[in-house]
Amino acid sequence: MTAVLTIAGYGLREALRRKVFVVVLLLTLGFLALYWLANHYVFRDIAHVSPPVGIEPRPFAGAFVFGLAMFATLFLGTVLAIFLTLGVVSGDAERGLLQPLIVRPVSRPTLLASRWLGAVAVCAPYVGAVYVAAMLITGLTGHWWPDHLVAPGLELAAGVALIAAISLLGSVFLSSTANGIAVFMVFGAGLVSGLLGTIGHALNSHTLEHAAKIAAWLLPFEALYQDGLREITANTTGLTGFLLQLGPFGGAYTGGTSVRLWAVAYLLIVAALAAYGFSRRDL
Amino acid sequence: MTRAPGSASALRVRGLAKRYGSLVALGGVDLEVAGGELVGLLGPNGAGKSTLVKIACGLVRPSAGSAEICGLRAGSHEARRSLGYLAELFRFPGWASGDEVLELHQRLAGSRGGQHERHELLELVGLADARDRRVEEMSKGMQQRLGIAQALVGSPPLLLLDEPTSALDPVGRRTVRTLLEELRGRGISVLLNSHLLSEIELVCDRVAILLRGRVVTEGSPAELSKPRGVEIETDEGVRLFEGAGREDVPRLVEELVAAGRKIYEARVLTSTLEDTYLEAVGGQSS
Repeated sequence: MTAVLTIAGYGLREALRRKVFVVVLLLTLGFLALYWLANHYVFRDIAHVSPPVGIEPRPFAGAFVFGLAMFATLFLGTVLAIFLTLGVVSGDAERGLLQPLIVRPVSRPTLLASRWLGAVAVCAPYVGAVYVAAMLITGLTGHWWPDHLVAPGLELAAGVALIAAISLLGSVFLSSTANGIAVFMVFGAGLVSGLLGTIGHALNSHTLEHAAKIAAWLLPFEALYQDGLREITANTTGLTGFLLQLGPFGGAYTGGTSVRLWAVAYLLIVAALAAYGFSRRDL
Repeated sequence: MTRAPGSASALRVRGLAKRYGSLVALGGVDLEVAGGELVGLLGPNGAGKSTLVKIACGLVRPSAGSAEICGLRAGSHEARRSLGYLAELFRFPGWASGDEVLELHQRLAGSRGGQHERHELLELVGLADARDRRVEEMSKGMQQRLGIAQALVGSPPLLLLDEPTSALDPVGRRTVRTLLEELRGRGISVLLNSHLLSEIELVCDRVAILLRGRVVTEGSPAELSKPRGVEIETDEGVRLFEGAGREDVPRLVEELVAAGRKIYEARVLTSTLEDTYLEAVGGQSS
């Protein structure tokens, strides 16, 4: 346990000393300021709009902009998670940082788990904080609140934790650059598959929906994100709810408990693969 | 090869082999470092020196053979508790101070030496005044000395040092040499990889020369310094008596004087470690 805390603390101190937090904080404040501006103008302007019968403008606009905020939160959390983990094995080994640590009586799986915990300790609170800040901005500006307040934020944080694990797994086999590119592409593939699912739902194409579901099971961080999107309008019904589901932030398909359980199993599989690969790797 | 009778081996490798695909890095090496012994490992680039040390540390898995640290399987937790290692190419986090680097390694090694141990180690390597300096603000030589201090965290009975003086200036090298002698005095075993033959000759009890993954020569520096004859300077010039040794000098001088020669100087010639090394590796440099 001492080794886990020591190595996780080492990663946190590195992020702190390298001014990662300062940069992230400044950029996030910039994002939140822009997001507030967007909310301010959206909710000011919809007051003068006469929507078609059956559409409630405030829930529609609120869910739409907050869906966008959830996407941005996932993206920012993903960037943070990838950059904190992409070079943990190969990158640090190439630079000669890893060898002095590995020679100590600490198992390789312990080192990986510690670095993952260190990254999650940074990313999960960050995602949670941005999620809550965005929710407060939309709620206070537009007087609209998500149908479920907590679960979507937790699912976003869990999705980012999964991406950190995938990035760690990649770092066992790939150089830092190759791993960074690979994980971003995997993340992009997840997003595309989610949008395809939405399109499939709108067009009532079962094939597209089925393909998106398979992709979501292969990349459960996307399924968690989609599930989170669906949760924010879970109780929104009628034409408003239907139209929201057709949009890019509608959460066209739900996974519920099964996806959450699968995400845990997926994390364990990724961890086992990373530990096995790392244990067989010459440094 | 001289060893204290009954002394336990700090490092023992038997038939150690490592292949990377078709490349043979080690082709069956036998080597032993006894308790308190300082052994030098020589060889051209690519001879397998670093691979051998990395297997002993558990960084690399052997293809065949065995390696033991103080009787424990190399790479196991227990074995890693018994060694200190300085890699040829290493780096400490630039944002950390020297004191923080040692503290991190104390925690990972389970050392309870605390502040006292860190202070003593930094003092030992001449970095007492730089304890709070960030690694990125240290010269390469200072970082290398910090690396040696790091290897000594927890007072391990065996040190594996891979080119520990490659970035040091002559004063730094002398500091390390003195340190190695002091460690030997404390009973710590050392396996020293180095290209600096003079360094090995000065401090090591025994030397092993590796070539293409095999030990080709082994012995104490004295054993490896073979006699090359006697050179006598006379009024007719310098004459070399090959095969003659120190005990032959009086007789040779007597014979030359009897033959009417005037003697100005007599020198007993021995080959240096460098001669032995060059002979062993056949001039191979990489």
